[in-house]
Amino acid sequence: MTTTTSAAEAVAASLRRMDEVKAGADGLNCILWSDREHALAEARAIDESRAQGPLAGVPFVAKDNIATLHLPTTCGSRILEGYVSPYQATVIRRLREAGAVLVAKTNCDEFAMGSSNEHSAYGPVRNPICPTRVPGGSSGGSAAAVAAGIVRIALGSETGGSVRQPAAFCGVVGVKPTYGRVSRYGLVAFASSLDQVGVFGATVDDAALAMEVIAGRDPLDSTSADVPVPRYRAAADRPLEGLVIGRPKEYFPPSLDPRIAALCDRALDALRAQGATVRDVSLPHTDLAIPVYYIVAPAEASSNLARFDGVRYGLRVTGDGLRGMYEATRSRGFGPEVTRRILLGTYVLSAGYYDAYYKKAQEVRTLIAQDFRTVFGNGVHALFTPTTPTPAFEFGAKADPYEMYLNDIFTATANLAGVPGISVPVGRVDGLPIGGQILAGHFEEMTMFQIAYALERALGAEAHR
Amino acid sequence: MTTLSTPARAVTERYEMVVGLEVHVQLRTRTKAFCCCDTAFGAPPNTNTCPICLALPGTLPLLNAEAVRLAVRAALALGCTVHETSIFARKNYFYPDLPKGYQISQYDRPLATGGRIAIGKNADGTPITIGITRLHMEEDAGKSIHDRYGGATAIDLNRAGVPLIEIVSEPDMRSAREAVAYLKVLKQILEYIDVSDVNMEEGSLRVDANISARLRGETRLGTKTEVKNMNSFSGVERALEAEFVRQCTLLERGEKIHQQTMLWDGARGEVRPARSKEESHDYRYFPEPDLPPLRLDRAWIEQIRAELPELPQARQARFAESYALPAGDIEVLTANAKLADYFESVARQHGDAKSAANWVMGEVLAALNATGQSVEHFAVRPADLAKLLDLVRDGVVSHSAAKQIFAHMAETGDPPQQIAEREGLIQVRDADELARWVDEVLAENPTEAARFKNGEKKLLGVLVGLVMKKSKGRADPRRVNQLLSERGG
Ligand SMILES: [Zn+2]
Repeated sequence: MTTTTSAAEAVAASLRRMDEVKAGADGLNCILWSDREHALAEARAIDESRAQGPLAGVPFVAKDNIATLHLPTTCGSRILEGYVSPYQATVIRRLREAGAVLVAKTNCDEFAMGSSNEHSAYGPVRNPICPTRVPGGSSGGSAAAVAAGIVRIALGSETGGSVRQPAAFCGVVGVKPTYGRVSRYGLVAFASSLDQVGVFGATVDDAALAMEVIAGRDPLDSTSADVPVPRYRAAADRPLEGLVIGRPKEYFPPSLDPRIAALCDRALDALRAQGATVRDVSLPHTDLAIPVYYIVAPAEASSNLARFDGVRYGLRVTGDGLRGMYEATRSRGFGPEVTRRILLGTYVLSAGYYDAYYKKAQEVRTLIAQDFRTVFGNGVHALFTPTTPTPAFEFGAKADPYEMYLNDIFTATANLAGVPGISVPVGRVDGLPIGGQILAGHFEEMTMFQIAYALERALGAEAHR
Repeated sequence: MTTLSTPARAVTERYEMVVGLEVHVQLRTRTKAFCCCDTAFGAPPNTNTCPICLALPGTLPLLNAEAVRLAVRAALALGCTVHETSIFARKNYFYPDLPKGYQISQYDRPLATGGRIAIGKNADGTPITIGITRLHMEEDAGKSIHDRYGGATAIDLNRAGVPLIEIVSEPDMRSAREAVAYLKVLKQILEYIDVSDVNMEEGSLRVDANISARLRGETRLGTKTEVKNMNSFSGVERALEAEFVRQCTLLERGEKIHQQTMLWDGARGEVRPARSKEESHDYRYFPEPDLPPLRLDRAWIEQIRAELPELPQARQARFAESYALPAGDIEVLTANAKLADYFESVARQHGDAKSAANWVMGEVLAALNATGQSVEHFAVRPADLAKLLDLVRDGVVSHSAAKQIFAHMAETGDPPQQIAEREGLIQVRDADELARWVDEVLAENPTEAARFKNGEKKLLGVLVGLVMKKSKGRADPRRVNQLLSERGG
């Protein structure tokens, strides 16, 4: 991304756009916190220093569960209302060192738990394409900010599809990197073995550029991998000849909306036309992903969220003694979805239930990962699937939690297996964006981007009609 | 409940005590287990903290390699098998001084298992050995201070995240004395290998006990209780005795022992049940997802083994063999590695091990005890003490002069020869000078002189003493003795 305007102009334009689209609580509600003066001052400093970083002067937003200096980090929760981190996440530091300017923090489902952004303590985000519908979640605010033209680059986080699903719902590009590709230091933990910072881009190129900057080993995250970071943007020019793309039948069930299936097959035709081979494949354990995910993720969450106890920071509600303070603080501080998952997670880790639930789920998780290893070990370079089974739904449409959970059916597998995925717009149904998902092997983001660039090139404006 | 009244003793005689100990030891690292904060004891509250050990949102643990090295060293010294793969786990519970709401520990895949140490000998000479079930790594919690601010609890997180090892023994101990013997040997080994301060008062060594009672001859284990809050070795001994009496009394009445946690109250000398809340934990252990499995290279483990110093029991055996010292001397001299090093250095340079042993156990320990100094900072270096002993052996200074010289050395660190000369303590063996002192003493004490010359031999000692006094201790007492005897005729 080359910017011909100054950093100050770019940041000012971004801030103006926030007003135009009503990004705050009275409108889209995608922006929670911003400090205009601070952002402008940072931009002016970049202009004065004539910094040459790859993102010099590029404004960006970050999901509210990523630690930032100056702006609050509340995770969309009452329990962290007003909390400002004294340190910044590695991904934020890397983007800022590359010259990017953080203009705002974005709304999200509380502690990233949700698929519609209806679970934010600060109210739901509206989908910029159709404001009566959800933007997806949990990184709905970041997806909406890109879709509304406020920024070209936004940070989100994924535990089970929380970047790809809102990217699909809002018609933007969303990347979930390989587990370990990007540092988690400063990402407030939901489920540590699944969490990964992801990026939204207005285009594949925006996302690839941001990934180049944030990826790579971080000594502050022991689970980050020491694997070289390629120049992802170089994937733009690579032809698809010789690439084998798998079409897993479990992701195209008979119940799938035929219009979504048709858009995906059109995308596959476009890839075939550019030289790729498409092969039918099977990932037999796919249907176990949701049950496994909803054991592993809440279990880890119940432990990760124990630190929000009213003792050191955030909300404290006094009660009868220590136990009373814990109960009052956590009951008042956490919303119903977070409470539900903490209870579920506490239960599955309890003595007597651990083997039947958590241990069993981890065993099944290895089978899901094995599905991917098998298919990628048999000459398939990437998989192509719909990102979600439906387009963006109306507010309140998924009142039953399990209905809501099923929306992650095509995305949660990648988190459980640790493989990278990207959602790219492939067209619209009833005027609502539909995303196509490309999944690749561990640390094969290059292949993933290669196909994403080709798809974007082939579909062009078609993808947004 | 602490003193064994006669009826209590009658009860306990029919039963056997079975004890296993869980010992927590703080590792002596410069920084904490999972962050770079200082571990120094006694800093102002909450100054040795950072976002990681305060558990601020978004932070992640970073394993301290030095803590791993020290833990492996301890495991090897205790005869454990160190596993090439071990796994960190979260132990979940809510407490204000536990910032994350969980403690990073190890659970079903500990660092090391299966050790054994000898703690003494049975009456028939066979060794008493205690099995070590496991040794794992974990982090310490902070401190809750309940009594300083009215109506409020204060939290100090300086200690939160300090590296610990937990050493779990088999239920192999059969008395409170054996339990204390085990703790002493454990402490000694950990001191020898320099992994911890092992100071029970400062909390760098903490002990919890599992204790049960069973009729003598019974092979099955009885229901156990856990005894906590013992702050000294004598506290451990007294607490175990008290709990044993309590259990035996219940069993004798036909009642059941409840598996529960008992707290030792040292001031009252009794154990009492912990409130039920303190023991009803379900820790919900699961593998720590923020830390990959700890993988240790076999060759690296062997290198740590090769770097282990001589352990106490090996050293004791060698002292008996090389220096032919009595067992009591060996026990004193090998109490800690630094003292044993000191002794060996003196003995090697001086040559006479027994004399070196006597001086180290006598003068050196007395001086150290008087000032509270540690032997490695003691002003009298082993080479100088060896030289002083050489001077005594060669008759250059008398034994009593040597003690005066030693006192000066301890104060100034000067070499013995220099002090002896400066203080005029070189022994006088010049015949004329000695004869002059003898004659003067006889002239100044005519009555005693006459009686001595008339055959009252018991006055010899008195007269030698007077000559020594006149010479200010410089006269060679053997020669003085000889001269007086000649004059006594
Ligand atoms: Zn720290």
